[in-house]
Amino acid sequence: MSTKGYIEIDQELCKGCEICIHFCPKHAISQSNKMNASGYPPASFDSSGECTGCAICAVVCPEVAIEVYRG
Amino acid sequence: MEKVYTRPRSLKRVTFHYCPGCGHSIVHRIMCEVIDEMNLQERVIGIPPPGCSVFAYHYFDVDMAESAHGRGAAVATGIKRAHPEAIVFTYQGDGDLAAIGTAETIHAANRGERVTAIFINNAVYGMTGGQMAPTTLLEQKTTTTPYGRDIKLEGYPIKISEMLALTKGAVYIERTAVNSPANIRKTKKAIRKAFQTQIDDLGFSLVEILSPCPTNWRMTPIEAWQWIDRVMTKEFPLGVIKDITGKQDAD
Amino acid sequence: MAKVLMSGNAAIGEAAIRAGCQCYFGYPITPQNELTEYMATHLSRRKGCSFIQAESEISAINMVYGASLTGARAMTSSSSPGISLKQEGISYLAACELPAVIVNMSRGGPGLGSISAAQSDYFQATRGGGHGDYRTIVLAPSSVQELADFTHQAFDLADKYLIPVIILGDGMLGQMMEPVEFKHEAPEELPIRSRALRGAKDRPSRIIKTFTSKPAELEELNWSLFRRYQLIKKQETTCDTFMVEDARLIVVAFGIAARIAKGAIKTARSNGLKVGMLRPITLWPFPSEKVQELAKNTKQFLVFEMNMGQMVEDVQLALSGKGEVSFYGRPGGVIPTPSEVYKVISRLYYQKGLK
Repeated sequence: MSTKGYIEIDQELCKGCEICIHFCPKHAISQSNKMNASGYPPASFDSSGECTGCAICAVVCPEVAIEVYRG
Repeated sequence: MEKVYTRPRSLKRVTFHYCPGCGHSIVHRIMCEVIDEMNLQERVIGIPPPGCSVFAYHYFDVDMAESAHGRGAAVATGIKRAHPEAIVFTYQGDGDLAAIGTAETIHAANRGERVTAIFINNAVYGMTGGQMAPTTLLEQKTTTTPYGRDIKLEGYPIKISEMLALTKGAVYIERTAVNSPANIRKTKKAIRKAFQTQIDDLGFSLVEILSPCPTNWRMTPIEAWQWIDRVMTKEFPLGVIKDITGKQDAD
Repeated sequence: MAKVLMSGNAAIGEAAIRAGCQCYFGYPITPQNELTEYMATHLSRRKGCSFIQAESEISAINMVYGASLTGARAMTSSSSPGISLKQEGISYLAACELPAVIVNMSRGGPGLGSISAAQSDYFQATRGGGHGDYRTIVLAPSSVQELADFTHQAFDLADKYLIPVIILGDGMLGQMMEPVEFKHEAPEELPIRSRALRGAKDRPSRIIKTFTSKPAELEELNWSLFRRYQLIKKQETTCDTFMVEDARLIVVAFGIAARIAKGAIKTARSNGLKVGMLRPITLWPFPSEKVQELAKNTKQFLVFEMNMGQMVEDVQLALSGKGEVSFYGRPGGVIPTPSEVYKVISRLYYQKGLK
């Protein structure tokens, strides 16, 4: 059984660079169609997806906007 | 569930002013992770440059002082000689380290100063709006090479890390990149080794980090991260350039 | 302790060590190499001390900046062209409120110039030299003893006011040998300055910088620096006078020129001319009040300096028209003789109808 994980993306820190979206092996992140206060469309996590908590998104996130949980 | 990834302690809770996809943000974070893991927060003194990262002191929760452009290696020398217990790093761009600061960098390396240079190579002068850097690639268009870098007029991209490797005082030099999870992890390992070199009193250490600059390369963040693999690493190959520390890599 | 015969350059080095100088970073340039070499011999192996012959004068001043950041007493020296190179670094020291001692053994200029003594760096030293609004304390010794005394004092002033201090000597003072007495022993240990960068142990991390994206912040720094400069003007302005009480003509001269002028004035006095001398010791802050005080009784001033006329402007400013200023200068490293200066004095004395 593979590990289950989930992430929290700070919507106000995110600058919409889409790097996490590009690198997520489970395609569990997509770009939101809302704007944050800085005018960026932040990344948004699909909690119904198959996140394993690999933390690749957090490793590549320039803004330290992602916290990862695994268990 | 257990939290497995969070902001390092020595990285202040401040929004980065860097552009989306900028390499500075990544490097700051992994440096702080290394500082936390090696328990160096109370010993580190950092010297950021004039440049986009002039505000690095707003992010690193360690003692920091600004430096005149290019003089980081000399300032670091003064600090380390006066206070050898400190772990001293410079954080310099390609112009700072390899144009105006060439003499200071080479001689600090040559003297084997026990300091670490973190060299951010993004092939362009970022802060000032995208002019040519010593590391700008041939035919690369910048605001001062609008027709592309021309060998006859502007010469070649400079391989300062390879040049520094010729000095006996430089004991560890590695080139990495921060454009993929694997490369980011390798960069973190290199930074840790560089600091360890200083702690072990072995000599001068430098990590050259190929870093994306989406704004001045006129690319999206993803395109910029990919350009490093597609184009930059052909001119600036990744890997260990010099390692005479005699130590195995810690993991 | 007994007096020893020493060259000016060496005396500076010995005095610096006795002041607790921990770091010396320099670069060879005539006519001050004996100082760099003295530090290489006597400072480099002292416990906790550091000597580097840097790759350039620019690098040396930035090493001083680095050492000063950690709270260490740090010093560099050079001569005119090398001091030009240091101007950016001095601006940074002043901006970051960091103490440092910078010794300029001036030579003829401009350009590569000559290796002989001159006084043509007065503007560079007193007007801030580098970019931005700032001042540095400038001390003008005129003997080997004063080179020693002022060097020691410079470290104390720098630490007291958190300001770079320039010792404005010249090639002749550096080379001449005179008996000198060192009044201090090197301290065992100096207290660590507060606001030093030594690693954030048991305290929040500290930032030393001046760059800001908010001009109002920089404005406040400038005002605060200038409030300090006002205090320095009040407390540290120093000068010396020689036979001014009944003088009809006062020579104003600093450094080696004052030595030469003194000889000329003694000759003048022996010929019945009532001449005296004002010798500024702090060139910044300039002893303007003393000039104004002297102008109450004496109306004729002769400024004598080894340049094309630099301190003369400060004398004119200080007088604000309440006296007449004449100027005699020789640039390029030419050393005037006392008899030559006496001729200038006596000619002026009679031209102005002084009795």
